[in-house]
Amino acid sequence: MPVRGGQRVGLSFDLVINALIAGILLGGFYAAVTIGVSISFGILDIVNIAHPAFIILGSYIAYIINARLGIDPILISITMLPAFYVLGAGVYQIYYESFERRGQEALRGLSFFFGLLFVTEVSLILVFGVDYRYVEAPYIGPSWHIGVMDFPLRMLVPCLAALAMFGALELFMSRTFLGRAIAAVAQDQLALRLMGASPIRIKRIAFGISIATTAVAGALLIIIQPVEPSVGREYIGRVFAICVLGGLGSLPGTVIGAMLLGILESFTATFYGPSWAPAVAFGVLLLTLAFRPAGLLGR
Amino acid sequence: MPLFLVILIAAAALVFGGARLIGNDYVFFAGYTVLQFIVLATAWNILGGYTGYVNFGSAAFFALGAYATVFVHKTYPLPIPLLIVIGGAVSAVVGFGMGYLTLRLRGAFFAIATLALAVVLQTLVVNWDYVGGSRGAYIIRPNEVALIGPYIQYLFLLMLALVVIALTTARGIERSQLGYGFATIRDDELAAEACGVPTLRLKLIATTLSGGLMGMAGAPFPYYIGYLQPSSAFGLEYAVNSIAMPMIGGTTSWVGPLIGAILLGSLQQIATVTISSAVNLLIVGLLLVGFVIIAPNGIVGLVQDRLRARSK
Repeated sequence: MPVRGGQRVGLSFDLVINALIAGILLGGFYAAVTIGVSISFGILDIVNIAHPAFIILGSYIAYIINARLGIDPILISITMLPAFYVLGAGVYQIYYESFERRGQEALRGLSFFFGLLFVTEVSLILVFGVDYRYVEAPYIGPSWHIGVMDFPLRMLVPCLAALAMFGALELFMSRTFLGRAIAAVAQDQLALRLMGASPIRIKRIAFGISIATTAVAGALLIIIQPVEPSVGREYIGRVFAICVLGGLGSLPGTVIGAMLLGILESFTATFYGPSWAPAVAFGVLLLTLAFRPAGLLGR
Repeated sequence: MPLFLVILIAAAALVFGGARLIGNDYVFFAGYTVLQFIVLATAWNILGGYTGYVNFGSAAFFALGAYATVFVHKTYPLPIPLLIVIGGAVSAVVGFGMGYLTLRLRGAFFAIATLALAVVLQTLVVNWDYVGGSRGAYIIRPNEVALIGPYIQYLFLLMLALVVIALTTARGIERSQLGYGFATIRDDELAAEACGVPTLRLKLIATTLSGGLMGMAGAPFPYYIGYLQPSSAFGLEYAVNSIAMPMIGGTTSWVGPLIGAILLGSLQQIATVTISSAVNLLIVGLLLVGFVIIAPNGIVGLVQDRLRARSK
């Protein structure tokens, strides 16, 4: 039996294989949480530290509609995509007008997002209190067993949904003109302008997409665990650690980074106790920054 | 002694004398919090305002100072002025280490690392039973102190001394070569580097000083609150206030954080009593967002604009 407090435990095969599975499933979910930051921070160079706040907002919307109408949370999040896209585009417009155009994104832009994170969290606390909220869905609870392996559907469904979202985004980024234009924003804005595309418009669309992913990520989060307004804070370190680990701006890198962190956290939780898991992301972030700032698949 | 320091000490003496004249302990309890925010805001501004690097982990540095006190208190009780030095040293070392790992890269990485630092240190403290773990730690403070009287007045006086130290440091930096070096980093780091300004060394000095001052502000906190929990020491309100106060006051000089901290700090003391603490945090957040969008140079900037317009 694993014991808390770092005590040595016998490594049983079952334990290791299930920790690995749990880690991969968790990593898939982390990919959904991070992919938006991978677009905003990795490609657009916008340090949106309020990203987790939008995720929590997504969770609460899934919770409200699920509690009232009993609709599946993932379905809710898909119908919410346009609303979150518009929200994201609006936030970018404010950010551009107030900071990016004036060249003040470093100090004031960061403070703006920090304020946004804070205001969202406190508003949610004022409206819903600090009680944990959860959703109802048929796949929360049961699990599949294959031999000694354990696949809780509560984790498997979010993982698959996250991978589907990743696949769709990757196709969009590599196959469409708009997707390629978004990638071009990071490389050469002048060239983009010469091609007849406005970098501001492209960035607005890209930021809208990045926030739209939080609708889905939020729904997945509340499927995996009960949510209260300050849960988002734990994800700030994770999201940026994954983003940096995978390599800024690389979507496949993000998925690999997410899987790695998921597995690391799962092993830490299994062998040292779950209360140590939040520290893993930070360690990963610092080590990556110190030894390989470009990340695994960095541009 | 420089004139500025004399004026500051005189002002501090006036504040203390005035508070004693009112003679109500609540004045000291509320005043302590405002003073603590002046130190935190000034410390934040040494890094954020002067060099342009954002630290989101003020709560972490503050809590480090507080938990250093808890640790020493359990091991071998020392007088608070010594604890302040120890707390400051611990936070300064952590600030230096963080800076060394992240400041060589893009500025955003430092900001992100400081955000994550708070989560990690909180994890460490929650898992560390010696300093109370998640249950928290009790610090029993004496009721009276020789010469001064009630203990809260002693704490108030110590915090007042820290305010004097922080403001003198900040103003000293502004008018020294160090301050000009910081300003070149803020305005154009690449150009500064090319001109031979030792940017990394300067940034490390700023993080160390800033972190150290935050730790010093946190060191007396366990004695003030009496019962220290991880969630109160690492409270997000420290992080948001120490950013909001300089931003609202103005980041370019030592006056900005002072004005911001006095205004916001007093406003929150009033709002906590009259409305609720969640609402007052919301007000701080909204003010922060509003000010960075509408008045990027804070109240000091607004006043300067007004004066300039009048002189024309």
